[in-house]
Amino acid sequence: MVVGSLKLWTNLVIEGFQKSLSIAKFLCLLHATNTYVCTPVTPYGPSMLPTLNLTGDLVLVERVSTWLGKVDRGDMVLLRSTEDPRKVVIKRIVGMEGDTVTYLVDPKNSDASRTCVVPRGNVWIQGDNIYNSRDSRTFGAVPYGLVEGKLFWRIWPLKSFGSLHEKAKEDS
Amino acid sequence: MSPAFNPGSDTSDYVLVEKFCLDKYRFSHGDVVVFSSPSNHKEKHIKRIIGLPGDWIGTPNLDDVLKVPEGHFWVEGDNSVSSLDSRSFGPIPLGLIRGRVTHIVWPPQRMGRVEKETNQRPLSSLQDRPGFY
Repeated sequence: MVVGSLKLWTNLVIEGFQKSLSIAKFLCLLHATNTYVCTPVTPYGPSMLPTLNLTGDLVLVERVSTWLGKVDRGDMVLLRSTEDPRKVVIKRIVGMEGDTVTYLVDPKNSDASRTCVVPRGNVWIQGDNIYNSRDSRTFGAVPYGLVEGKLFWRIWPLKSFGSLHEKAKEDS
Repeated sequence: MSPAFNPGSDTSDYVLVEKFCLDKYRFSHGDVVVFSSPSNHKEKHIKRIIGLPGDWIGTPNLDDVLKVPEGHFWVEGDNSVSSLDSRSFGPIPLGLIRGRVTHIVWPPQRMGRVEKETNQRPLSSLQDRPGFY
């Protein structure tokens, strides 16, 4: 009787271990995919209106293009904040290295504009909502090494389900 | 980074880089870190952290004193004569850090911990402020 239940226990333990192993393998795969391939993101904030809503959106970010360096003007990217490395922000790339960028310094209060050249290895980022966005107009061009992913697909809200590829709107 | 790493022209050190520090971005003065170059994201550099956000750094070659902005840090190589560091490209965003060097693992005669040397201090530091980062 005791030997029988010992065998039952052993089988249960082995089965439990195997199931845990497959769960562990799945979680590892999920983590690797999230870190190196593609991850969902819920942006919030007004700086990318009207492209991205204040809250409630769900978008997909892919990391392969940024790793290969295939990022260009007009792409919306996920990048680490220059002001707090624990925060990640979404902005649009307006200029690549070597570009001359002309921008409105403070469009809410004045028409003043400034021009500058983007240094090597850096990108110029701006929010689509230039009236309410802290971006390169405030802190200058940012090193490409801070770019972590490119937005390519919106999942939610359903009426905007689809690709996020579009050319940047012209800044006057 | 001589003499901490590669003290002679024939040695090529291998070091261990830990990435747990990237969770909270908590660093101290004297840490040796690996970071992506601000002018070429494919290159990585190893330098020592001299200034953290809020520190004032004296730059003798520019006759100037500057404050390290929020979210940035100031690095210098140990071998200041031939080192391309923050004295050339300014403070760097903390987001570029890829890890902290803790040990030399090869060659065997140089194996051991990499010490935090703080003989190069910033002019004024906020390190003693409680709850910093």
